[in-house]
Amino acid sequence: MINNVSKLRVTDGRVNKDIQSCAIFGVMDRSGRRFGGKMIIEAMKNMKVRGNGLGGGFAVYGIYPEYKDCYAIHVMFEKEEVKQKVDGFLNKYFDVVDDEEIPTKEDVNLDPPMFWRYFVKPQKKGKDKILSDDDYVVDKVMKINTGIDYAYVFSSGKDMGVFKGVGFPEEIAELFMLEELYKGYIWTAHSRFPTNTPGWWGGAHPFCILDWTVVHNGEISSYGTNRRFLEMYGYYCTLFTDTEVIAYAVDLLMRKQKLPIEVVAKIFAPPMWDQIDRMEEKKKKFYTTLRMVYAPLLINGPFTIIIAHHGEMIGLTDRIRLRPITAGEKGDLLFVSSEEAAIRAVCKPDKVWTPKGGEPVIGRLKKR
Amino acid sequence: MKSHLLPEFIVERDEERCDNCKVCIKQCPFDVHYYDEEREKVMSKSELCVGCQRCVVYCPRNALRIVPYKAYRPNDYWHEDYIRDIKKQAESGGIILTSCGSSRRAKVYWDHILLNASQVTNPSIDPLREPMELRTFLGRKPDYLEIEFSEDDVEIKTELYPNLMIETPILFAGMSYGAISYNAFKSLAIAAKKFGTLFNTGEGGMPKDMREEFKDCAIVQCASGRFGVDPEYFNYSAAIEIKIGQGAKPGIGGHLPGEKVTATISSTRMIPEGTDAISPAPHHDIYSIEDLSMLIYALKEVTNYEKPICVKIAAVHNVAAIASGMVRAGADIIAIDGFRGGTGATPKIMREHVGIPVELALASVDQRLREEGIRNKCSIIVGGGIRCAADVVKAIALGADAVYIGTAALIALGCTMCQRCHTGKCAWGICTQDPNLSKRLNPKVGAERAYNLLRAWSLEIKDVLGGMGINAIESLRGNRDHLRGIGLEEWELKVLGIKGAGE
Amino acid sequence: MSKLRDPFMDNVRKIENIAKAVKFEGNMAKIDARELNHKELNDLIRLCVEKGAEKIILKNVCGQRYIGTRLFFPDKKVEIEIFGTPGNDLGMFMNGHKIVVHGNAQDGVGNTMNEGEIIVEGRAGDVVAMSMRGGRVFIRDDVGYRTAIHMKEYKDKVPVLVVGGTSQDFLGEYMAGGIVVLLGLNRGKHLANYIGTGMHGGRIYVRGKLEKYQLGKEVGIVEMEEEDYKKLESLVKDFLIYFKGKGLDEKLDVDEILGEKITKLIPVSKRPYGRIYTY
Repeated sequence: MINNVSKLRVTDGRVNKDIQSCAIFGVMDRSGRRFGGKMIIEAMKNMKVRGNGLGGGFAVYGIYPEYKDCYAIHVMFEKEEVKQKVDGFLNKYFDVVDDEEIPTKEDVNLDPPMFWRYFVKPQKKGKDKILSDDDYVVDKVMKINTGIDYAYVFSSGKDMGVFKGVGFPEEIAELFMLEELYKGYIWTAHSRFPTNTPGWWGGAHPFCILDWTVVHNGEISSYGTNRRFLEMYGYYCTLFTDTEVIAYAVDLLMRKQKLPIEVVAKIFAPPMWDQIDRMEEKKKKFYTTLRMVYAPLLINGPFTIIIAHHGEMIGLTDRIRLRPITAGEKGDLLFVSSEEAAIRAVCKPDKVWTPKGGEPVIGRLKKR
Repeated sequence: MKSHLLPEFIVERDEERCDNCKVCIKQCPFDVHYYDEEREKVMSKSELCVGCQRCVVYCPRNALRIVPYKAYRPNDYWHEDYIRDIKKQAESGGIILTSCGSSRRAKVYWDHILLNASQVTNPSIDPLREPMELRTFLGRKPDYLEIEFSEDDVEIKTELYPNLMIETPILFAGMSYGAISYNAFKSLAIAAKKFGTLFNTGEGGMPKDMREEFKDCAIVQCASGRFGVDPEYFNYSAAIEIKIGQGAKPGIGGHLPGEKVTATISSTRMIPEGTDAISPAPHHDIYSIEDLSMLIYALKEVTNYEKPICVKIAAVHNVAAIASGMVRAGADIIAIDGFRGGTGATPKIMREHVGIPVELALASVDQRLREEGIRNKCSIIVGGGIRCAADVVKAIALGADAVYIGTAALIALGCTMCQRCHTGKCAWGICTQDPNLSKRLNPKVGAERAYNLLRAWSLEIKDVLGGMGINAIESLRGNRDHLRGIGLEEWELKVLGIKGAGE
Repeated sequence: MSKLRDPFMDNVRKIENIAKAVKFEGNMAKIDARELNHKELNDLIRLCVEKGAEKIILKNVCGQRYIGTRLFFPDKKVEIEIFGTPGNDLGMFMNGHKIVVHGNAQDGVGNTMNEGEIIVEGRAGDVVAMSMRGGRVFIRDDVGYRTAIHMKEYKDKVPVLVVGGTSQDFLGEYMAGGIVVLLGLNRGKHLANYIGTGMHGGRIYVRGKLEKYQLGKEVGIVEMEEEDYKKLESLVKDFLIYFKGKGLDEKLDVDEILGEKITKLIPVSKRPYGRIYTY
C-alpha cells in the first residue's frame, strides 16, 4: 500500500522522521471578508529567524469562488513529462472543469518544479459509487501521491489552495505572487527549520487533505504510536513528518468521526490524571473514557498547530505548552502566531492573549 | 531489615606482612579497615569495600589484595548484576545510582576497526625526525576566501568566524567543579594550558581565582542548570559549550547533592551552601531546534560574536539529523558524547540502556553533514570512552576534528574506575569535595600526569600518522580509506562508511 | 545559493550603513528600530553605549531579540526605553542595566539575568525570569508558563520578580532562590497548576485564592511574618510607582493590595530528590 510517495526514503516500518520546527501564523476574518496576502507575508518576515530557508508555505481559503463546487487540485510536477500521466488519471476519474498552470514569477531564484491546478468534479464508477465525494477525492489523491512518481498533490479542497516550497515564506509568496493574485478569508503560513530532506518541495507545510490543512511547530515524541494507530484506519504516512500524522488524526476525528474541535483538543492534549481525578463524577468519567479510548492519539511532546478548514481556524498547543502561541483579535480578524511581535507587525490588535496549554483558540465564521 | 546483599570484593590481608601500621585505615574513606582493640590488630569489613585499590597501592608492606567476589551460581541470563540490583531495590525502593561510563557487554566498534600503513607504493614518514603536525582549528569555516591582491600585498577580505587553535586533537571533556574536586579541576586546566589545548569547565562554573589565568584555555559550559553563569564567565573563555546532553545519561538532568555544595562550590555556582544543585533535564528555553538557535545567538550576543559556540549532545538514534539541525541553528562546533561516556552520577538504567556507540554516531553525522554540503560549517568533537591514542586516530579518520577525554584523563590522575563517584568519597581525591580526600591530589602532580598523557598519546598519533605516510593531522580527518573493519556486518560497515579488511 | 542560510546573520548590514537610525541628544540616544534586524539593533545599542550614551530610546521595536544582552560593560549602567514589542530573551544575561518596555514583552524576559532591572508595562510570555540570578523584573499584567523557573540566589544577590496579574502553570518550578510575587490584581482566582514543583530555595508570595492542589509536591505554605510584609510593602510600593498612570487602576494602593489574603510558599526541603536513589 505504501509505495514511493516521498520517493526519498525507506518505506518499511523503520522510518526516519523529519525533525522540524518553525514559525507559524494564521489569520481569519470571521465575517468571511476576503483579503490579500500582504498581512501574513509581513508577519512571517517578522519571524524570519525561526526558520532556515528550507521550507515555507501558505494555505488560503476562499480563493476560487468561481469554482466553488469543484475540488481544486494543486499538483507539483518534479518532471514535466509526468503531467501527462496525471492528466490521464484525473480525466479518467473526474470531470475536469478547468485546469491551468499555477502562475509563478519567472525571476525568483528558487529553482521550483512545475505547478498545475485542476478544478474537478468526481465521476464515480463501479464500486466507488458507495464512497462519499470527499472519500472518493481522498482515495484518488492518495493514488496519485503513492502511485505516480514525481507528481505530488499539495492540496485538494474546494475553494482553497496550498502554496509551498523550499525557501523562506516570503520567497514562496513572491514566487506564487500571493500578494497580487489571491484573496481569502483564512490564511495560514509556516516557516520551516527542517533537519531532514531539506530539498524537497513536498515536505514543506501546510499539509493538506481535502480542505483540511495543518501547520505545525515542534517535534512530537509520540509519532510512532500515532502513526501506527492511524495505519489501522487506512492512513499511510508517506512524508514522515509529525504534521502529516496530525493532519490524518484531524481527518479521522473531525471529518470522519465528526467530533468537534473542543473534544479533539482534549484527545490530542488531555488533562493530566491528577486533574481528572479532581473532577466531578460525570466530567471525570468523560475524560477518563476519552483518554482510555483515544490513548494512541495523545500527541506527546512539544507542538503548536494551526488547523484550518472552511469556516474554522483553530490554534492549539500541547498540554504543558512546550511551544509558544499567542492569539490576537482586531474586530473580525483573529490571529494565531508563534510570537506577539508578528501580530503587532501587521496590525494594532484590540486584544492579545496566551491561551493555556491544550486549550484551543477557535475562530468560526459568523452566521450571516 | 536484614540486608541480603553480599560483598562485591574480598579483602585479603597477608597476616605475615601486615604490621598493623593502620595506613589502610587512614586511606579508606569507606571504613573498610579498622583496628580491633581486643585482638590488637587491623581487620577489614569486606562488605563495605568498593574495590578502589587505594589501600593496596598505599600499603607500605604490600600486605593487601582486593579481589572481586563472584558468589552466586554463574548464570549468563540472571547475571550477578541483576541479582544485586534487585536486592538493593527491594531493600530501598529507589533508583539505582551509579557513575562512570557504561560497563555493559556491547560491541566496541573501535576494536573492530584496523588502521592502515604505507608499504612500497608510497613511503611512510619517520615521525622521530621529520615534522609531524597535529595543530587543529575548531570552528566554522567560510565556503571560500575573498582575497584582494595589490602591488605587493595580499589581503583576505572575508570576515572569518572565531576559531580555536589547539596543538593536539585532544581536549579534556566537561567535568564540573563539584563533580570533581578543585584539585582535579585545576590539574586538567594546568595541563591543558601547558600543552596548548583546552579543558572544559563542565556546568559548575569557573572558580573566580582561575578566570584570569585560564581564560584562554577554558571551554565554559552553559548547561540547563545555568550554574555560575554570568557575562563575565562567558567572556573569560576560549569558547562556550551549550550542554544539551551527555552520553552517560542522555535525556535526563542531574543533581549535585547538597552535601557536595561546599562554600567554594556554592560561590562558584552562585547557589547557597548545602542546597541541591539541580540540572533540569532540558534547557527550559530550548524545546525545539529554533530555540537552540535562539540560545546560540544569545551567547554570541553576550560575547560580542568573539567566541565559537559549541553544542554538545549525547549520541542518540537520530543523531545525524539532529547534528544537521544544530549546524543550521548556528553551532560552530558540535560535540557528540557516546554511550560509554562517563559521569559523576547517573541512574544505572540510563547509563546502560540509552544512547548509541559514538563510533556509529560520528560516522553518520560526518557523512550526513557532507551530503548536505555543510561539513565545513562546523567542527566535530567526539567523546565518550576514548581509551587510547588508537581510538583518537580512528575517530579522526572517521571524521572527527578532535576528541574529548574525560575518563582517561581521570585515570591519569589516579582514578581506578571503581564507579563510586556518586558517593562523594573518592579515595583518590578526584570525585569528592571532602577536603581531607581532595588534598590527596596535588594539582601540580595531577597536571604532570595529565600532561604526560597528552604527550604520550600525541607521540603515538604521530607514529601512526607517519606509518600512513601522513604528516599533518588534517589529511587523516575523514580519511576513511585508512580504516578497515573486521568482524562487522554489512550494515555496520555501511554506517561506518568503511570497507572490510581485505576488501 | 549557499548550502546554509542563516536568517540571523545573513543580510546584516555594516554598522556604518545603519548608523543613520541613531540620533544623539547629549548623553541620550534615540534609535528607530523599524527596519533593523536583531543583530543590527544590538550593534547600534552597543555603539551608543560605547559612545557614552546613558539613556537609549528605542522606537518601533517589533520582535528584535536580546535587547540588553550585548552590553557587558562592567563599569557602565545605562537605561533603555522601548516603544513597541521587544522580541524573545529581552535582557538575557543582562548585567546591571535598566530596561523599560512601554508595551508587552514576549518569551524569556530576564533569562539568566545577572543584575539590573526590567519593567514591562504590559504582559510577558513564557519562561520569564528563567534562571535569573540577580536584579529585578516587574511585569504589570500576566505572565505565561514556567515563570521564574530555576531562579537562584547567592548570599545578598537575590533576584526579584513581581507580577501584577497571574501566571500560567509551573510557576517557580525548580526554584532555587529569589523572591516571586504574584499580585493577582483584577482577577478572582489563580489558575496555575504545579506551582513550585521541585522548588528547593527562595519564596513565592501569591495574593488571592489558591487551592492546595495547585501546588507542587515540594512546596509548603507557611504563615506570613512581619518581615514578609515589610519586604512586600516595599516591592508593592515600587510596583505602584512604576505602573500608576501606565494602565494600572488608579485607585490601587499598598494597603488595599496587602489587605487581601497572601499565601507564602517555601520549599519543604533544600534536597527535594535526596530519597529516590539507592547506591
